[in-house]
Amino acid sequence: MFQGQVFLNVDWALFTEKLILIVVVVSVSLVVAMYSTYAERKVAAFMQDRRGPNRAGPFGILQPLADGLKLFFKEEIVPTFSSRFLFILGPILAMLTAIMVSAVIPWGDNMHILGRNVSLQIADINIGILYIFGVVSLGVYGIMIGGWASNNKFSLLGAMRAASQIISYELALGIALIALLMLTGTLSLKEMVGQQKDGTWYIFKQPLGFLIFLICAFAETNRTPFDLPEAENELMGGYHAEYSSMKLGFYLFSEYVNMFLSGAVMTTLYFGGYDIPFVNDANLIHTIGTNWVAIIEGAVLFIKISFFIFLFMWVRWTVPRFRYDQLMNLGWKILLPLSLLNMLVTGALILLKQNHWHF
Amino acid sequence: MQALTNRVKQVDRSKMSVWERMYLPAVFKGMAITLKHFFKKKATINYPEQVRPFSPVFRGVQILNRDEEGRENCTACGLCALACPAEAITMECAERKPGEEHLYREEKYAAKYEINMLRCIFCGLCEDACPKDAVYLTETFAPSNFHRKGFIYGKEDMLIPDPKTDPEGFARAKGSRITQPQGHGNER
Repeated sequence: MFQGQVFLNVDWALFTEKLILIVVVVSVSLVVAMYSTYAERKVAAFMQDRRGPNRAGPFGILQPLADGLKLFFKEEIVPTFSSRFLFILGPILAMLTAIMVSAVIPWGDNMHILGRNVSLQIADINIGILYIFGVVSLGVYGIMIGGWASNNKFSLLGAMRAASQIISYELALGIALIALLMLTGTLSLKEMVGQQKDGTWYIFKQPLGFLIFLICAFAETNRTPFDLPEAENELMGGYHAEYSSMKLGFYLFSEYVNMFLSGAVMTTLYFGGYDIPFVNDANLIHTIGTNWVAIIEGAVLFIKISFFIFLFMWVRWTVPRFRYDQLMNLGWKILLPLSLLNMLVTGALILLKQNHWHF
Repeated sequence: MQALTNRVKQVDRSKMSVWERMYLPAVFKGMAITLKHFFKKKATINYPEQVRPFSPVFRGVQILNRDEEGRENCTACGLCALACPAEAITMECAERKPGEEHLYREEKYAAKYEINMLRCIFCGLCEDACPKDAVYLTETFAPSNFHRKGFIYGKEDMLIPDPKTDPEGFARAKGSRITQPQGHGNER
């Protein structure tokens, strides 16, 4: 019917390789998110001169399992006046968009397995950063739909706050990124990492851009000081006020997945991605082989991301929440002009360099 | 007006400088402070495994004393129940039968002696009132139970070990004014 196998010409080796990679990446993201909740509680405790969870297992490392188990066994409540379909769709979307970002992040260089060149990136699409932006923008739907479907004033308020906040900060984020893209000349994350491996990290070329990106990342992930959408003492949890059981767990979890992946994006864009600092990669590949180098690179990326996760927590337990007008002031009146200025200066410098610094 | 302490700080309402309005330096300062606390000694202890040392006059759950021969000190005079402001203590007395001299020190004893730990305010007035050196407050505290009934402590909960069968436990549990420091209103 279909002229033999023309339409079903699947490269099964590639298929399995990608499938394994997807499973690994998703489960690693989830495990990291799980242990981020533990780390968050520990960091909070240590910064407040307390000890943190230490009952479940040695040093309390089984705490996230206990928490997850508890969430699973909680009664699942769907409010009578909520729109049931949307109510369930909300947390699904939040989690889905959070995890989808991981598809384009290069977790390491190529590996040689069974004579194949295996890329440690699920999809090396040439518009990687654009894809991330698209998916992150979708993330607001999870919150918005959840808040709307709850049919509750506080939830709706939280959702509205989240929507306007994320849209506001995406502008500054995007423009800060444009300055970076003018330097890289590519949208592919893998190529960006390659450029940073050969040259310097982009943090040194774009310090202001990174700062703006970092602040906006805090706002995009709804972390303190920009956690107005959840604002537990004003909105009783905001958009997830009506949620219970694992649906609540998904919302809370997606925040930590977001944190992990925004750390990964920031590392990839500004801190050399999986680049091992102070080491000549070519020499290293020569001595210990490609596969080991790829694994070490993955570990290095992981360490860099862990630092960002710690930074997220560190700031959370230091800086109090913004007021809503302050949030909007910062976004529109400070970050947006600053990022425009950054773009302008970067563009001017690039032009000057292309003209060999002749005025 | 003169300040009560020297810790008063005048609030500075002058306009913020550009440096201050940048906000980030203040954030970094705050983060330095929290990081310092991150490595500080913890203010809390691992409670059930570790306990803080108590003051010698700490007032916890009551015990009923025995004397050196293992006889109960209490004669059910009722002075503790009378002294108790929370009315937590109830007792019933009984007469010592011939042959029970090794159990009770005097010819009258408490057949039932109950303290309701939900009512008790651990004021220690029972200890002060006791003329027979029988009731003492210990360092044990925070009794927990699944039922209200469990909080009514009877003689079997409060009597200290018998020195004849468990001399070590007796020595540890025995309440005495001699081991407590003088001058705290404890001396008779």
